[in-house]
Amino acid sequence: MKPSAFDYVRPSSVDEAIAHLEQFGDRAKVIAGGQTLMATLNMRLSAPELLVDIGRIPGLSGIEVRGSLVSIGALTTHREIERSALLARHVPLLTQAAPHIAHAAIRNSGTIGGSIAFADPAAEWPACCLALDAVIVIRGAGGERRVPARNYFHNLYETDLSATEIITAIECPITPPARRSVFLELARRQGDYAIVGLALLARIDADKLHEVALAFVGAGPTPMLATTAMTALEGRTPDAETLHAAREALTRDLDPGPDLYTSAATKRHLAGVLLGRAIAQLMSGGDQTHGTA
Amino acid sequence: MALPETEITLRVNGETVRKRVEPRQHLIDFLREGLDLTGSHVGCEHGVCGACTVRVDGRIVRGCLMLAVQADGRSVETIEGVSDSGELADLQHAFHQRNALQCGFCTPGMLLCAGELLATTPAATREQIREHISGNYCRCTGYQAIVDAIETTLASRRANPAGAGT
Ligand SMILES: Cc1cc2nc3c(=O)[nH]c(=O)nc-3n(C[C@H](O)[C@H](O)[C@H](O)COP(=O)(O)OP(=O)(O)OC[C@H]3O[C@@H](n4cnc5c(N)ncnc54)[C@H](O)[C@@H]3O)c2cc1C
Ligand code: FES
Ligand code: FES
Repeated sequence: MKPSAFDYVRPSSVDEAIAHLEQFGDRAKVIAGGQTLMATLNMRLSAPELLVDIGRIPGLSGIEVRGSLVSIGALTTHREIERSALLARHVPLLTQAAPHIAHAAIRNSGTIGGSIAFADPAAEWPACCLALDAVIVIRGAGGERRVPARNYFHNLYETDLSATEIITAIECPITPPARRSVFLELARRQGDYAIVGLALLARIDADKLHEVALAFVGAGPTPMLATTAMTALEGRTPDAETLHAAREALTRDLDPGPDLYTSAATKRHLAGVLLGRAIAQLMSGGDQTHGTA
Repeated sequence: MALPETEITLRVNGETVRKRVEPRQHLIDFLREGLDLTGSHVGCEHGVCGACTVRVDGRIVRGCLMLAVQADGRSVETIEGVSDSGELADLQHAFHQRNALQCGFCTPGMLLCAGELLATTPAATREQIREHISGNYCRCTGYQAIVDAIETTLASRRANPAGAGT
């Protein structure tokens, strides 16, 4: 199918883009990489009157270290994140997760800002942002605000972002070298949206896990931070008993719905299986890139 | 009602093109209907099949997920341009040799997609080849022959770096 007709503007600043959004309200739609929006336009699931192309606004793209965090511009593509030596060194979780996102041609265009704005619970970046305790930087007519990812995802495709605001950057705390990270995902085919996935970070000290952060992909209406399981693992050696307790805790933390191919019960089971694998990988060094970049 | 139109200027296969387009027209319809470049195919129109793969500013993209207006000021390459330049001639030959195409619907997209792997990952394994083409559907060949053709081309380019594309 083809999109219905719309007008198109390509503002050259964030303020100009916001002015268009203020004027048109929910009759306007922002387009960044277009890798989600174009499909919904082609299928006429979305029929805006005005498309606001933010794709060439200067200053919204790129990755840079600012003190204890790495700032990733909203227009930075999945591919740029995948290939960034800076991120491989400072936030390896993102390097690990990137190859799971769609396919090469889609990663070349899709942006991290678009992924956080769209907030698909089966997408990788939202769960990574939860695990990393990242901050979403949002601009509106009233100025800039910083929303912790852990307060940003409200419900299925519902976030803290309003229709007249624009995400400008994602700020991720630098992962200290002693804190390892693992990203694992089960999908039917390479590049498909996850059935279930997880992002795990922890520091290991004398075989005990500290500063555990655990977030799941595809396991609820939003990306899910598994707080009960995090508590069950914190400060403990991940032996069979601890792992069992953490898996039990996941029944409280996760709320998966069935998708076309997988029942909710299967997803719950798979989440527990992935947790076991992730901890084993973490204990054996993680598939992390620290020290090599 | 007259639909809104915008003028765009872009390079297509090395030539400058200036045209008025409706903002809602995606890049593949623009190339096929506006410029008669019918080598790029339209399959699913929602990003899943890869038949519409073209290059924009040197990187492969889904032509159905990009508006023609978004290509304003950019450089677009299609299978027609890449065939003329000969840069993938060895890959095209290998596809032929290995029976890596039957109906040919997926082939232009598959070639451009594989071309990116040839350029970026000269030592790619079969597993990496499969991963890289995972977003391009082929309903005919069962993929095995396509993976073979890409693998053969990678190997011959490694053995003879100067001969790439010939
Ligand atoms: C076949 C296919 C498979 C895919 N598989 C995966 C996958 O496995 N994992 C995954 O995570 N993603 C997947 N995607 C989606 C892809 O990652 C998208 O790139 C991403 O979800 C959206 O980014 P975008 O820049 O393309 O956003 P767009 O499509 O341009 O926009 C998406 C939405 O976000 C809004 N928006 C975009 N940027 C901003 C901003 N800066 N501020 C405010 N609002 C904004 C838009 O208005 C729109 O509503 C897939 C897509 C396709 C077509
Ligand atoms: S037509 Fe573009 S991906 Fe299928
Ligand atoms: S050769 Fe027919 S779809 Fe691939």
